[in-house]
Amino acid sequence: MSKQRSTKTKKKARPRPASSARKTATKAGKMIGAQALIEGLRREGVEVIFGYPGGSLLPIYDVLYDTEDVRHILVRHEQGAAHAADGYARASGKVGVCMATSGPGATNLVTGIATAHMDSVPIVAITGQVPTFAIGKDSFQEADITGITLPITKHNYLITDANEIPRTVKEAFHIARTGRPGPVLIDFPRDVQQADIDFQYPEAVDLPGYRPTLAGHTMMIKRAGELIDSAQRPLIYGGGGVNSSEAQTELVALAERADAPVTMTLMGKGGFPEDHDLYLGMPGMHGTAYSNYALHEADVIIAVGTRFDDRVTGKLDMFARNAKFIHVDIDPAEIGKNVVPLLPIVGDVKLVLAELNKRVSRAKHPDWRKRIDQWKQEYPMRWKGDGLKPQFVIQQIHEATKGNAVIVTEVGQNQMWAAQWYPCKRTRQFISSGGLGTMGYGLPAAIGAQVAMPKDVVWDIAGDGSIQMNIQEMATAVANKIPVKVAVLNNGYLGMVRQWQTLFFKNRLSHTDIQVGTPDLAKLAEAYGAVGMRVADESEVCPAIEKAMALKDRPCLIDFLIARDENVMPMVPAGGTVDDMLVD
Amino acid sequence: MKHTISVLVNNRPGVLARTAGLFARRGFNIDSLAVSTTQNPDVSRMTIVVEGPDAVLEQISKQLYKLMDVIKVLDHQDEAVVTRELALVKVAAEPALRGEIMQTVNIFRANIVDVSEHTFTIEVTGSAEKIDALITLLGKHGIREMMRTGRIVLSRGPRTA
Repeated sequence: MSKQRSTKTKKKARPRPASSARKTATKAGKMIGAQALIEGLRREGVEVIFGYPGGSLLPIYDVLYDTEDVRHILVRHEQGAAHAADGYARASGKVGVCMATSGPGATNLVTGIATAHMDSVPIVAITGQVPTFAIGKDSFQEADITGITLPITKHNYLITDANEIPRTVKEAFHIARTGRPGPVLIDFPRDVQQADIDFQYPEAVDLPGYRPTLAGHTMMIKRAGELIDSAQRPLIYGGGGVNSSEAQTELVALAERADAPVTMTLMGKGGFPEDHDLYLGMPGMHGTAYSNYALHEADVIIAVGTRFDDRVTGKLDMFARNAKFIHVDIDPAEIGKNVVPLLPIVGDVKLVLAELNKRVSRAKHPDWRKRIDQWKQEYPMRWKGDGLKPQFVIQQIHEATKGNAVIVTEVGQNQMWAAQWYPCKRTRQFISSGGLGTMGYGLPAAIGAQVAMPKDVVWDIAGDGSIQMNIQEMATAVANKIPVKVAVLNNGYLGMVRQWQTLFFKNRLSHTDIQVGTPDLAKLAEAYGAVGMRVADESEVCPAIEKAMALKDRPCLIDFLIARDENVMPMVPAGGTVDDMLVD
Repeated sequence: MKHTISVLVNNRPGVLARTAGLFARRGFNIDSLAVSTTQNPDVSRMTIVVEGPDAVLEQISKQLYKLMDVIKVLDHQDEAVVTRELALVKVAAEPALRGEIMQTVNIFRANIVDVSEHTFTIEVTGSAEKIDALITLLGKHGIREMMRTGRIVLSRGPRTA
């Protein structure tokens, strides 16, 4: 490789072992591209990179060798890096950063980037690329990652000129964290990493095509206030935008002023305190029966930071058909995409709600609240039957953590049970792959969340299927003394698919039984150097959780052997309506 | 219904792929697409003809605005515009029929830009309807080869994007 370097690069001295003062101080002036990248990350306040090295990243990793103030966490698979950056971002509200080499390293990031894109999570993914002169020649470990990630990034860059590095890094972070947040990828050819530049970090970005609307339209907000005041059966339906805009205070104020019950989607979970008496739980496919009935009968629905996902609406033309909609979202393209609202308000949820609260009168809706209470009594959330139940396990984790843990989930039944049975209090407390539904998300995302929130207790609620999709990240947690706790709800099935086969395909369990071949997960955890436990009986649940809670310097996995055939209930079948809801 | 929109974008590599890719993945059908630079070398202009109801067009416009490189989207539905398209048509032209073809070409203010022993190549500009009409008339002689540019549009009067 060095033979192919330009003479200009050859002359450039390798970064010398620097004094500690130089390692941490921000720098300007002459440097190579790789240093410029790290300096740019420093200027953006990046504290940690989740990454995996490779040939096309060698100059950057060489700079990282001397870098102390930007921590690098070595994952064991690039997908883990993307999910960890995502979990870090969701837990902290900061931009998560992941890094992978060209070709297979970059393509391994793809699922993680798509996950972040679907759930509007701000991450910056940095990929190595073959040298500019080798691009397009099917070079070793070459992949057109900007082309591949075009539909799953908010924006992406291929840097071909080292002088573009400062501006690109500045823009990437700006785009990732502002407006509707999302992933941005920077593809970084190896020769550009080695080229000399005179580093000057821009103070501002210049993006004429990108100016997110933050403040809502005053007249629309006024009319929304009037519509809410006129409502007899108001309902708030909140989504992930409430969390990313950190608008819990404003949302509670609105709900209390308008006496409007609140349902929060999977992505919105934690955006409204679940112990509040106006809270109805989650809407949609595995939501509470009473939130679905409330959506069906409400006359005014205030949809906040949400996108009317099919898992919430079911059959779209039957969804909440008695309601007039106010739709608040920062992304104009979400408004009218699935449901056409009477009052569209484009803006940041927090800012819009603060203004809206000034326009809403204090109201009481005793009849409406009574009706909802009747549904709550008639169709309570419940579980029954013998054996070790997943709901029981999650309730015990809730109790042991006093409801304060950061809950990360995998995808499938475990995810729905976690959402149903671990009530959250605060924004950024519940972290789950909602839009893409990425199995294997939980463990690496929990690692990212724990790195972001070292003082919090982080639990990954997992299934035996999805935990095995990124189990290798146990090594990352062990090596970095990251004390995440994994609760595997092990039923020996790909449980959610099994549930659909049982309910809709005459119980023909086609390729969903994974019991044979699944290792003893507790022993597997031990093999990684983590603590592993196996629990088969209710009486062992609490002691195991207590033991896990005591661990501060290493991860832990508890393999709960749960009742195999438990279903997630209630359930509105895909494309169905409240009338199709299965209660138990 | 057909809509003609103009999209002003940064003149950078990859912008065409970003824009066209968006149409494909959101399920919007492009009828035609024409791109060129503008009076400002940093800006390219695309004229895109797309089929769909008004609600779809609004969604297209909003999705386009989400692309960093899109500066402005103009819907020309409710305004006076100048619309042109260019076609090159290679048509069979045996000596006995040449007079008739030339007459047709003259009526359409089209030009014969290449002549061979058995063919004429005709250049025609105008609205899509005019070109359709000419192609229909020439069709009976036997069209050997044909290429149409996409539609290009500017607003009438002093208005600029």
